[in-house]
Amino acid sequence: MTWDWGAVADFMPRFWDGLLVTLQILVLGSLISFALGLVWALLMRTPTRWVRWPVGVVTEFIRNTPLLVQLFFFFYVLPEWGLTWSALTTGVCAIGLHYSTYTMQVYRAGIEAVPAGQWEAATALNLPVRHTWTAVILPQAIRRVVPALGNYVIAMLKDTPILMSITVLELLGEARLFSQQNFQFTEPLTVIGVAFILIAYPASLLVRALERRLVR
Amino acid sequence: MTTGLWELVLKGIWVTVQLLVLSGLLAAAVAFVVGMARTHRLWIVRFLAGFYTEVFRGTSALIMIFWVFFVLPVAFGWQLVPLWAGTLALGLTYGAYGAEIVRGALNSVDPAQREGGIALSFTPWQRMRLVLLPQAVPEMIPPFSNLLIELLKGTALVSVMGMGDLAFSANLVRLALQESAEIYTYILLIYFVIAFLLTRGMRGLERKLKAGLGKPVGRTPEQELRRPETTAVGAGGAS
Repeated sequence: MTWDWGAVADFMPRFWDGLLVTLQILVLGSLISFALGLVWALLMRTPTRWVRWPVGVVTEFIRNTPLLVQLFFFFYVLPEWGLTWSALTTGVCAIGLHYSTYTMQVYRAGIEAVPAGQWEAATALNLPVRHTWTAVILPQAIRRVVPALGNYVIAMLKDTPILMSITVLELLGEARLFSQQNFQFTEPLTVIGVAFILIAYPASLLVRALERRLVR
Repeated sequence: MTTGLWELVLKGIWVTVQLLVLSGLLAAAVAFVVGMARTHRLWIVRFLAGFYTEVFRGTSALIMIFWVFFVLPVAFGWQLVPLWAGTLALGLTYGAYGAEIVRGALNSVDPAQREGGIALSFTPWQRMRLVLLPQAVPEMIPPFSNLLIELLKGTALVSVMGMGDLAFSANLVRLALQESAEIYTYILLIYFVIAFLLTRGMRGLERKLKAGLGKPVGRTPEQELRRPETTAVGAGGAS
């Protein structure tokens, strides 16, 4: 086993480029998944089953199929339909969509955990539906779901390397490019592996702390 | 699509299923060993098991696959057959998630049960085997079912290394036909069907195991919010 610190030093500039792209994917993907997940969760509570049923089937389908294949689907099929997005945009949208089907379950659980008395009180006060949601139910539900959403952000972080397969140069993409150009595989791959642990572990501690504070 | 191309897809399904079964078995073994080690009375055993879980859950499955395929041969001189390399990477990664499930389920068994075992002067291993596990295993089934679906989705990652699994066969067909919507739709549907069958099977298993314990099947919203996450590091666990 040989370890070459020179290779690590050569890789570092690319590492920072890759990290920037990874974080970009993470932030944008999270925002999409938080917003879209809430939309799915609210649609699942509409009274007509003509809305609930299709939304349920589509989200179940997205949740149970590999992100990698979905990425390929969007990457190759969207241009056939005349939509030419960059690889990064496609990747961010795909990962956001994929994770929105998970956050949707979190929101659902959060909404269901709001005590029934709150609904009854809103009805008793004759609050309109919109106010019931925005002033009573959602503020209580969101508070409960924050740690669970945080867990999915960490999960998404660990899925960002998949975007490498559609030519996005995030951390793994940069590492692979570097190793192919210099025939040094050990150093860049180990560096990014360690980097992921160094980001994910403190983040998970943060989520645990949030959980203690917000969910009681 | 011609029959030749369908044969490619069938071969892909076979590779995916093989990989799923092998890495599932490895992950289950790792999960039980490490998960039980995390409830061991010696702190060093608990620490090592905790270290293992945090490292393997901290890094991404795809990076692990790259590491096993590229770094192991160069650094240690172990060149593994692709199927075993994929099994190793996926089994170790998802085993770490499973260990968290096992630990959470063991911790959620009523402490009086453990104390009862001590009072009857069972050895630690007898306590684990005769008292804790029979009660904890049914609780593990729903999260294990989720993890199994994650593992199925994870198997697609080996196609990045050129292994001929289901996702890889899709690429071959796309190159052959110069057309992608149709084949990717089929592939996604096949994955969905496999996932559906797995979920059904696990639900049947849960019913069977819980029938002997007199516990309800399914989970409450409270459990859903604090469930040991299958893909995220450091979720609190069911403890």
